[in-house]
Amino acid sequence: MTMISQDSLKQTPLYQKHIGLHARMVGFGGWDMPLQYEGIIVEYESTRKQVTVFDTSHMGEFILKGDCRACGLDRLVSSRIIDMPVQSCRYGMILNASGGVMDDLIVYRLGQEEWMIVVNAATTEKDFNHFRSHLTKQSVLNNVSASTGKLDIQGPWAMEFLKDFIPGLTKLDYYTFAHFMILGERAIVSRTGYTGELGYEIYFPANRIAQLWDKIFENPKVKPAGLGARDLLRIEMGYSLYGHELSDVITPLEAGLSKFVDFEKEFIGKEVLLTLRKEGPSRKMAYFVCDSRRAPRSDFRIYSTDSEEIGIVTSGTFSPELKKGIGMGFVANEYVSPGKKILIGDATNKIEACTTSRPFYKKSSLKN
Amino acid sequence: MDVIEHYLYTKEHEWISIEDTTATVGITDYAQVALGDITFIELPEVDSEVEQFEQFVSIESVKAASDIFSPMSGRVIEINKELESDPGLLNKSCYEKGWIAKIVLTDMDEKSNLMTAEEYNKFLEGLET
Repeated sequence: MTMISQDSLKQTPLYQKHIGLHARMVGFGGWDMPLQYEGIIVEYESTRKQVTVFDTSHMGEFILKGDCRACGLDRLVSSRIIDMPVQSCRYGMILNASGGVMDDLIVYRLGQEEWMIVVNAATTEKDFNHFRSHLTKQSVLNNVSASTGKLDIQGPWAMEFLKDFIPGLTKLDYYTFAHFMILGERAIVSRTGYTGELGYEIYFPANRIAQLWDKIFENPKVKPAGLGARDLLRIEMGYSLYGHELSDVITPLEAGLSKFVDFEKEFIGKEVLLTLRKEGPSRKMAYFVCDSRRAPRSDFRIYSTDSEEIGIVTSGTFSPELKKGIGMGFVANEYVSPGKKILIGDATNKIEACTTSRPFYKKSSLKN
Repeated sequence: MDVIEHYLYTKEHEWISIEDTTATVGITDYAQVALGDITFIELPEVDSEVEQFEQFVSIESVKAASDIFSPMSGRVIEINKELESDPGLLNKSCYEKGWIAKIVLTDMDEKSNLMTAEEYNKFLEGLET
């Protein structure tokens, strides 16, 4: 997460709400976003135990019309999407010809031949151009990011809280969605998220999302949460963040996301990945817990106990759950499996740590 | 931002409370707000010598690591061990329960390099504009 404030940053339709709540703002993916309101750990705790709302209107959304194969979508997404039921969501990646990850995304099947593609904020334009250049003439693609607002409602109380004004929401299973009328607008609500808790994402017209925000906060049980808490929550689950665990030069096989690559179909980057799969990647994603409260940080080096450099940290933080530093990063193959002693640090400090498996947080309410 | 009347302050937002030749040091309210939730502290060793304005403590918050500098020179005689298991005390009570270390001062003239509460308040006003 890059934390540089700039005047040129874009604002979501909820910017004034964040300012009104005295949020600490931060530059993220070209957007001026709330890092925290009350405090990162308080917001983290509220999400793990109660329910919080994140403004995720910065994310990109495309609407695509066309047959899965004939329009070219199937080749653009790494995961198997042809058998997706209508009203389901699926995680996947956009790969370049070298098998590197251009972005990760969620595909929503709106109809037999209609799709919503949800991508990261910083990569929206790049992804849109990539889609446009690879889709066939049997497709219609629209970038609806600017007119689409988005809220993530996350936490074990999310269903109880939302069902009061979205009746029917209780029927949604994990990674499915439906259309609902909210405040007279047609909204998409999916049971998805990025926190490891039971939760929903609401896609709502940008010009009216401030009213939805106000409506939600009529209930004092719900609290706003910022990007700081979001990062803590996702690291505790071992979820990848584009720009950290994923990039143009990192393949899904290295990132531990092979299960989101469908080798039975044709897709961009397949040849390179087939070769890599045969040879085996030389580095892989590892997850580690530190012996102390000290947190590993992005770009810290990873060493063997003999001080040989074996990898690099991609994300790290203090875990409120474990009361220890936790992180993930790429290491040489022989250090990937759980239980390996490693050292993490920079020039001045080395932290003792041990590899483990994800998620770090084991009490998820995700599928309750 | 809370500032305590009779303490002295640094531009790096540490405070020092002096009684005879012994002093207690910590970080200011401004510092703890700016750092956010503090999750880790590396305290100095008892009996270690510290120099004025030199780093003697490392602090980590959820988002970043920061160095803390000693307001004056001296020898560390006591450290607040409670901070190791509960670094959040630095947020909750930065002037009292969140004190960091006690130091026997070696050069009282160094006081002239520090700000009074009034001066520190003015310094903070300058930062906010």
